[in-house]
Amino acid sequence: MSQFTYPWVQQGERSFRGIAALIAALARGVYRVAAPILRRFPGPVFFAAVIGVCVVVWAYVIVTRFADGIAQSAANTAVVTSMRGALTLAEIQAWRPAATAVWPESMFSGGLGALAYVVWPLQFALVRDLIAMTGIIGFISLVPLYTIWWERKVAGRIQSRLGPMRVGGWHGWAQSPADGLKLICKEDFIPKEGDGPLFRLAPYLAFVPAICAFIALPFAGSYVFRDLDVALLFILSMLGIEVIGVIIAGWASNNKWSVYGAMREACQMVSYEIPMGMALLIPVMTVGSLRLMDLAEYQRGGFAEWLAWRNPWCFIAFFSYYVASLASCKRAPFDLPESESELVAGFHTEYSGFRWSLFFFAEYAAMFAVSGLAVILFLGGWYGPFPQSWAPTGSGVIAAMARGVLFDGPIIFILKGAFLLYVQIWIRWTLPRIRIDQVLYACVQVLLPLTMIVLLGNTIWVLFDRPAYPGFQSLARVISGGLTIIGLVLTLLILGFMAYGYIHRRRLVGWLAIEHLPGS
Amino acid sequence: MNTPAWLEPLMFYLFAGVALLSALGIVLCGNIVRSALCLLGTLGGVAGLYFLMFANLLAVIQLIVYAGGTLVLIIFGVMLTSKSPWVRFAARRGEIVASCAVVAALFVSLCKILTDVDWSAGATGSAQVVPVRDIGAVLLQDYLVPFEAASVLLLAVLIGAAYLARPQPAERTSAP
Repeated sequence: MSQFTYPWVQQGERSFRGIAALIAALARGVYRVAAPILRRFPGPVFFAAVIGVCVVVWAYVIVTRFADGIAQSAANTAVVTSMRGALTLAEIQAWRPAATAVWPESMFSGGLGALAYVVWPLQFALVRDLIAMTGIIGFISLVPLYTIWWERKVAGRIQSRLGPMRVGGWHGWAQSPADGLKLICKEDFIPKEGDGPLFRLAPYLAFVPAICAFIALPFAGSYVFRDLDVALLFILSMLGIEVIGVIIAGWASNNKWSVYGAMREACQMVSYEIPMGMALLIPVMTVGSLRLMDLAEYQRGGFAEWLAWRNPWCFIAFFSYYVASLASCKRAPFDLPESESELVAGFHTEYSGFRWSLFFFAEYAAMFAVSGLAVILFLGGWYGPFPQSWAPTGSGVIAAMARGVLFDGPIIFILKGAFLLYVQIWIRWTLPRIRIDQVLYACVQVLLPLTMIVLLGNTIWVLFDRPAYPGFQSLARVISGGLTIIGLVLTLLILGFMAYGYIHRRRLVGWLAIEHLPGS
Repeated sequence: MNTPAWLEPLMFYLFAGVALLSALGIVLCGNIVRSALCLLGTLGGVAGLYFLMFANLLAVIQLIVYAGGTLVLIIFGVMLTSKSPWVRFAARRGEIVASCAVVAALFVSLCKILTDVDWSAGATGSAQVVPVRDIGAVLLQDYLVPFEAASVLLLAVLIGAAYLARPQPAERTSAP
């Protein structure tokens, strides 16, 4: 058998050494142990993981609350003896909560004991920031992985196929991690004629701002990394900077498809940023704050208080924001920067491997960020659809869990965000891509005048919606009630459609389809 | 919450270093796109300094307007107008002399300010985040005239841009 001659330059096999070899061996070991278990019991493992994460986060929040309480009481009694206000282990161990403390604190009326070793490092802001940042990066890594898988499943169902089915057993749930591993192993390719340093820099310029957006995005009352007073503007600025990464990627690739993609992205982003920002001003104007915490607190009274149906202008603003946010995330029907039928893959044509995957992490993280903004500003934030007065007031674990799942908390926020993500996916696989001139027409001649009218209308509305004008206020209440009913009907219709689609997920669409799927 | 005392100086030098180095990069880079990208570093570094001084609104506006808006437009303009992909800059001798003169004048005046002003007055008070509402109230009450003058300037720029971008009369007649 003669030696095959390769038409390209052969490179020797790369072998891992040192720490890399250790990590590779570890990964292989974990895979050998975990894979059979995960394949046999995907459902239980998944639910155990979700519940475990919730419990860990919850425990962390309780412990930080302890640390805050201890620091507070130490500051009140002025017993701080150690340098720069840091409490010693003995001081923490001796801490007793006040007599009125509710459930978790009341367990420790005899002092904290061994828990003090956990509480002690948490009094330093740097330690907390490190833990919270790890949590954010973990969340941002998980969201794209499972949104991509979900998107492929939804796309499959919409196109009368199954989507990923094999990897991992249950509905191909391990498809995305497997893809991620493949991407890490791929050859790292940099075009020779391109601008090397910028080519390397661009994925980070897209990815890091997407992480930074989560710094100011609150998941619930106490689940926020930094409670900025300008949180809304901060997130918008980070989404704006993300574009530069895409443009630079297209430019540094030195490929005309990439440059076209980058130019479309620049064009689209610069024009859609304006209606997006102006639509977000409507709830800001109604509430009178740029802080996302205040905006969410304003809507804590249940479904009828959500800002989307507060007045007609907010109602329109919600939809125009959603359209503009689709454009700013490069989602279909605005996915011109990467339109695969014309531009190969647009700005990431020349990218492969891990750098390529960073763009997708950035895109899906930004999708969640804009959905989260929509949830906080228009759809009641982390408050459930029921009024807070219905919430169980007990201090037991069951009552706390019921409050966390049904009334307020990060779980509701993530579920609402996931719902808007699902709508984004649904729109992508339903609507065709529009042309660049149609994109700009839709922005400059439709969306922009519309949001300007809405801005003006809301300004007048806010001026008159005051106790000084009782007649207008009662009219506003009637209109708001009508809009609430419309919103309720719309929400139920969408949920009903989703349920109908899920129940009939195996039915094929159209008369030409042949029934070949298993179980169809 | 305890933050170590070395953190703030460290962050100051970090942001200042980023701003300075990328400002140098803007001047020294031959490639125009790399210069534009260095501008992002400078804007980001200065925004970081604003964040350190608790001027959150200013920092965020800097990031939105300059980094997210103007810089994208600059890069976009460069991409549209340049013919070859790697446009290079070369300053002429006269330009170097003129810019050196300007920079020297600026440097001398900045040094004069640095030595003349009593900086200890501002350093004693602890910085606080000024609520956005207060900034808005000040802008629309005490500084209303400069604020409106700036908006008139922007309006003039807008009209000028629309004038430049309008279809030429000849094109209009030739259009089908």
